[in-house]
Amino acid sequence: MAEPKKTQLNALHRELGGKMVEFGGYDMPVQFPTGVLKEHLHTRAACGLFDVSHMGQGALSGAGVAAAFEALVPGAIQELKPGQTRYTLLLNDQGGIRDDLMVTRPADDEDFSSLLLVVNAGTKDADFAHLAAHLGGKLAIERFEDRALLALQGPQAAAVFARHCPEAATMKFMTAAKLKVMGLDCIVWRSGYTGEDGYEISVPGDAAEDFARKLLAEPEVLPIGLGARDSLRLEAGLCLYGHDLDETTTPVEAALTWAIGKRRKMEKNFPGAEIIMNQLFDGASRKRVGILPLEKAPAREGTEIRSEAGETIGVITSGGFGPTVNAPIAMGYVPPAYAEDGTPLLLVVRGQARPARVAPMPFASHRYYRG
Amino acid sequence: MTVYFTDQHEWVSVDGEIATVGITTHAAEQLGDVVFVELPAIGKVVSARKEAAVVESVKAASDVYTPVSGEVVEANEAVAAEPAKVNEDPEGAGWFFKVKLSNHGDLSNLMDKAAYDAFVAANG
Repeated sequence: MAEPKKTQLNALHRELGGKMVEFGGYDMPVQFPTGVLKEHLHTRAACGLFDVSHMGQGALSGAGVAAAFEALVPGAIQELKPGQTRYTLLLNDQGGIRDDLMVTRPADDEDFSSLLLVVNAGTKDADFAHLAAHLGGKLAIERFEDRALLALQGPQAAAVFARHCPEAATMKFMTAAKLKVMGLDCIVWRSGYTGEDGYEISVPGDAAEDFARKLLAEPEVLPIGLGARDSLRLEAGLCLYGHDLDETTTPVEAALTWAIGKRRKMEKNFPGAEIIMNQLFDGASRKRVGILPLEKAPAREGTEIRSEAGETIGVITSGGFGPTVNAPIAMGYVPPAYAEDGTPLLLVVRGQARPARVAPMPFASHRYYRG
Repeated sequence: MTVYFTDQHEWVSVDGEIATVGITTHAAEQLGDVVFVELPAIGKVVSARKEAAVVESVKAASDVYTPVSGEVVEANEAVAAEPAKVNEDPEGAGWFFKVKLSNHGDLSNLMDKAAYDAFVAANG
């Protein structure tokens, strides 16, 4: 194994008492002295600052960028308005998910000649190689290796951030803007991975530590580690790549059909379109659902799912304790016949089949700012 | 009453035939906030150094090993009902279960407080 890489905030994490673990090839804080439970609850009640600089930032540019990028994803990219961000999926030829990502048409890009991308840490090298292999002849591909990425999340994020960037206050969920924050050239998104209102901010790497310190100096803000990031996204019903999604999972199976653009369904010209369209019409053999264990024991990733009759029907892909729900929560894959809300299931935890039921997601209501 | 410690971060306090088992303050700090505890059934016969209970934080599940063999005679329903008690008082009110000792010899393999503190200091 190669030595884990460090983000621009590594020294700050250590100074703040972060408990460091390897994640996506990076040395990252899983928690701070506050602890996962209180970090989670603090983000829901006030505001948390997350270092997500391990994620891959970059841009595609050139004439016809949106149409060219659509060859690799099922999203309606050409329909993006200036400043609009969309969740989309890099697909393989079988319709499997290579990665999930955020794509943005810059607000100042009137002639639609560029797209900003934010992809997962563990897949970023493969993603950019894939982009280069398919689009390298037509488009310029840039990686922003010298930029950090921070997420400020929670019901007080807007009030906190307005002190440093008043223009961001009126931004709506899933939009982006290039803004000056603390004198720095930043890209600001109103988005996140917690289900809360908040921002994700791309900051010049050499200024990132000072930027983070100024946000942490705000009374509402605490540093939050990857542990709470995971429990927050699970309560919000959001997928974690490599766990809930992978190369063998299609958007239909993953219950992400909303990420397939209407026009794209008619054109059927995205990777794996035939397989995916067949699944859309005929159904897939499995579907991602929310699952609530009915006893107190959490069901972790890898837990076997059985029908009430005792037949093995699927597996938990994310599971744990939801601090806001104050109960165990999970998501996993089951055949469509077992995917209806309320369907009774059994989860095999430590050799014992325990009752559970299919439940709607999110487990904790989204509180995005839609204007 | 004598308290012994294991290299798996449990403590056991012995009063005659009855041994009370829990996790150490160090273990509780390492785990973080406990959100779930699963205790052995009363009457279950447990074997020294084998899994006897489970403790879970938001992030992960960990086994709790019994330092001593014997029959479980009591389980601490208070920590099952309110897992945070494990963090509040791990070496007191946050005990897990009581075992009727079947082999006093199990105790000779365990550490005293000074030896355990040295073990933790040496192993981080």
